[in-house]
Amino acid sequence: MSMSMNSHASPESIPSMNRPSSGEPVTRNDSANHALSVRVRDLDLWYGQFQALKSISLDIYQNNITALIGPSGCGKSSFLRCLNRMNDLIPRVRIEGLVEMGGRDVNAAKVDEVALRRRVGMVFQKPNPFPKSIHDNVAYAPRMHDIVSRKADVKALVESSLRDAGLWEEVKDKLHQPGTSLSGGQQQRLCIARAIAVQPEVILMDEPTSSLDPISTATIEDLMDRLKRRYTIITVTHNMQQAARIADYTAFFHLGEMIEYNDTKTMFSTPHTRKAEDYITGRYG
Amino acid sequence: MTQAFDHIEAQLRRRHRKTRLLKALSMGALGLAGLFLVLFFTDMLIKGLPAFKQAQIQVEVDYSEQASQLPLAAVSEAVRPLVSRGYLRLIPSRMRDDPALQGTTRSEWVLADGQVDQYLKGHHSKLSDRHRAVVDRLRAEGRVELRFNTRFFTSGDSRMPELAGIASAAMGTVLTLMVTLAVAFPIGVMTAIYLEEFAPDNRITQLVEININNLAAIPSILYGLLGLAIFINFFGVPRSSPLVGGLTLALMTLPVIIISTRTALRSVPDSIRHAGFGVGCSRWQVVRDHVLPLAMPGIMTGAIIGLAQAMGETAPLIIIGMVAFIPDIGGSITEAATVMPAQIFTWAGEPDRAFIEKTSGGILVLLAVLITMNATAVVLRRRFERRW
Repeated sequence: MSMSMNSHASPESIPSMNRPSSGEPVTRNDSANHALSVRVRDLDLWYGQFQALKSISLDIYQNNITALIGPSGCGKSSFLRCLNRMNDLIPRVRIEGLVEMGGRDVNAAKVDEVALRRRVGMVFQKPNPFPKSIHDNVAYAPRMHDIVSRKADVKALVESSLRDAGLWEEVKDKLHQPGTSLSGGQQQRLCIARAIAVQPEVILMDEPTSSLDPISTATIEDLMDRLKRRYTIITVTHNMQQAARIADYTAFFHLGEMIEYNDTKTMFSTPHTRKAEDYITGRYG
Repeated sequence: MTQAFDHIEAQLRRRHRKTRLLKALSMGALGLAGLFLVLFFTDMLIKGLPAFKQAQIQVEVDYSEQASQLPLAAVSEAVRPLVSRGYLRLIPSRMRDDPALQGTTRSEWVLADGQVDQYLKGHHSKLSDRHRAVVDRLRAEGRVELRFNTRFFTSGDSRMPELAGIASAAMGTVLTLMVTLAVAFPIGVMTAIYLEEFAPDNRITQLVEININNLAAIPSILYGLLGLAIFINFFGVPRSSPLVGGLTLALMTLPVIIISTRTALRSVPDSIRHAGFGVGCSRWQVVRDHVLPLAMPGIMTGAIIGLAQAMGETAPLIIIGMVAFIPDIGGSITEAATVMPAQIFTWAGEPDRAFIEKTSGGILVLLAVLITMNATAVVLRRRFERRW
C-alpha cells in the first residue's frame, strides 16, 4: 500500500472526532453531514458462553459504503448479521443492546424479522442464487412481498433490477435459464439484483467478492459505488485494499471489540489506534 | 540417507501385490453375489414361467337340459376328468345368462384340469394311465395345448390350481399401498420437516430422533401385533381389510420416510436457506419454495423404497388376518383382501404340487412390480434433480 502510515496525525484536524484515550474505542460522529441509517449502541452478542461482540457502538450513515474489517473471528460478520437478525437462525445466540433503524429497535419483540429483512437486503459470501431461473430469482421476493403482481410489472421490475445490478445486457436473452448457469461474478450480481428487487434501504454484503476473480471483483466494486447513491451499503471485507477503494467509512474490529471507526481516508492514512495501524500495515491479520 | 532404488522397488512390489490381492478378493465377492443372483433368477424363471401357460382342451360341450341341472353331463364321460371342474361348474349359470346356448352342442376350447396341465408340462401328475393315453391322443390331434394363461392375471385365488390367479392379491396390494401412501407420506414428510427445519435441538427432539431411528429397526411382526391391538381391537377397523393393512404398513413405513426425508432436507445446502431468509421469507416459505423442491427427489426415492419394502411385507399382515382365501377381486378398502406376498405364502403351503409353479409365478409378478417401482424411483429422481 502506498498510503502514508503516520499514526500521530493530530486529531484536532478532524472535526467532531473523539480523542483516542487508552482502551476506549475510537468512534466517529458525522451526523452533521449525513443522515443516520442504523444506530448501534452497546451491542453484545454471545454464542452460548462465548462472547463474540463486546459493547459495539456505531453510527451508520445513509448512502455511504461502510466497510467492516478485521482479522478472522473478530466478529465483523456476526455484527453484520445483527443488522438483519440473521443471527436469530443460530441456536443459543443471545443479543443485548440496541440496533436502531428508522427509529425502531430491530430486536424488539414486536418487530418481525421478516419485515426487517425486507428493508435490509443481504448478499452473501458465496453466490447463492435460488435453484430457479434468472427471471424467477429476481421476481421471487417482490412477488412474495406483494410489491408487484401484474405480469407486466414483474417483467419491468426484473429488468430494472437486473439493469441496476449491471447484469441485464448479459442475461436478457436467457432469462429462463437457471441462475446457477451463470459465472460466479454474474451469479453474485444476480444475488445483488435479487436483493435490490424489493427496494430495501440497507444492503448488507458479507465478503461479496471473496470467492470471485479480480475482474468480477472490480465489476462488483463499481456496482457498489453506483448503488450507494440509492442504498446504504454495509460490507464485510477481508481485503483492505478493497475497503480503501470503495468504502466511505471503515470500522476495524478485533476480538469482538470495535477498535476504531473512522472515515476511510483517515483510517488508512492516519489511524488513531495502534491496533488498527498494526492491522492495516499488515503486522497481523 | 536415501534408500537405494532396489530397496524401494522391493517394498513397492510387496505393496502392489497386496493391492492386487485385495482387488481380486473384492471382485470375487462381487462375482459370487452376481452368481447367486443369476442362480436365483434362473430358478425362479424356470419354475415360474410355466405358470403363465395353462393347458386348454377342445371338447364337445352339450348344453342340454340335463347339463343345466348336472353340469358334468355337458361333456362326454371319456374326457370328463380332463376338463376343469371349475369350468364345468359355471355351465348352468352361463346357460341362464345366455338362453341361446340352450339345447346346442358346440366344440369349445376349455380349461383343462390341473393334472392335465402338470402332465403336459412334464411334472408329477396324478392322472391315471388311461387318461394319460387319452391326453396323448388328443395332443397328437392338436386338441390339447398349452396357451397363455390370462386367467392368472385376471382372477382371484382358487382351490383348483388351474383357476387360481393373482389378480385379487394384486388389487389388495394396490389398495393397501394406497392407504399406506396416503397415511405415511404426508405424516412422514411433515414430521421430517418439523424435526429438520423447525424443531429446536433439545433433549425432547433428540429423544424423538433416537426413537424414530430405532423404530426403523423393529421386527415387522411387532407392527402387526400393534395393528391388531390398536386398529382392530381398539378402533374396530375391519379385520383383513386393506384399510387395517395399509395403516399397519404405514406405521412400518413412517420411520423409513422420516429418515430419508430428513437426509434429503439436510443435503440441501444452508446457503439456499440463507438466501431465502435474506430476502425476507418466513420459515415456511423457505421450506416450501426453496428447500422442498431441492429435496424432492430424495424424498420421493425414500417414499418409493419404503413402499416397496411395505409391499414385500408378509409378517405383520399375517397377524391382522390378510392371509385370507380371497377368490373375488375386491374394490373397497374395508372388504377382506389379501396381498401378493401373502398370496405367495398361501400357495407355497398348498399340498397340490401344481401350486408350486403358481408360487414361482407369483414371485415373478411381485419382483416385476418391485423392479418397476424402483425404476420409477430412479426416473423420478432424475427428472426432479436440479443443479444449484
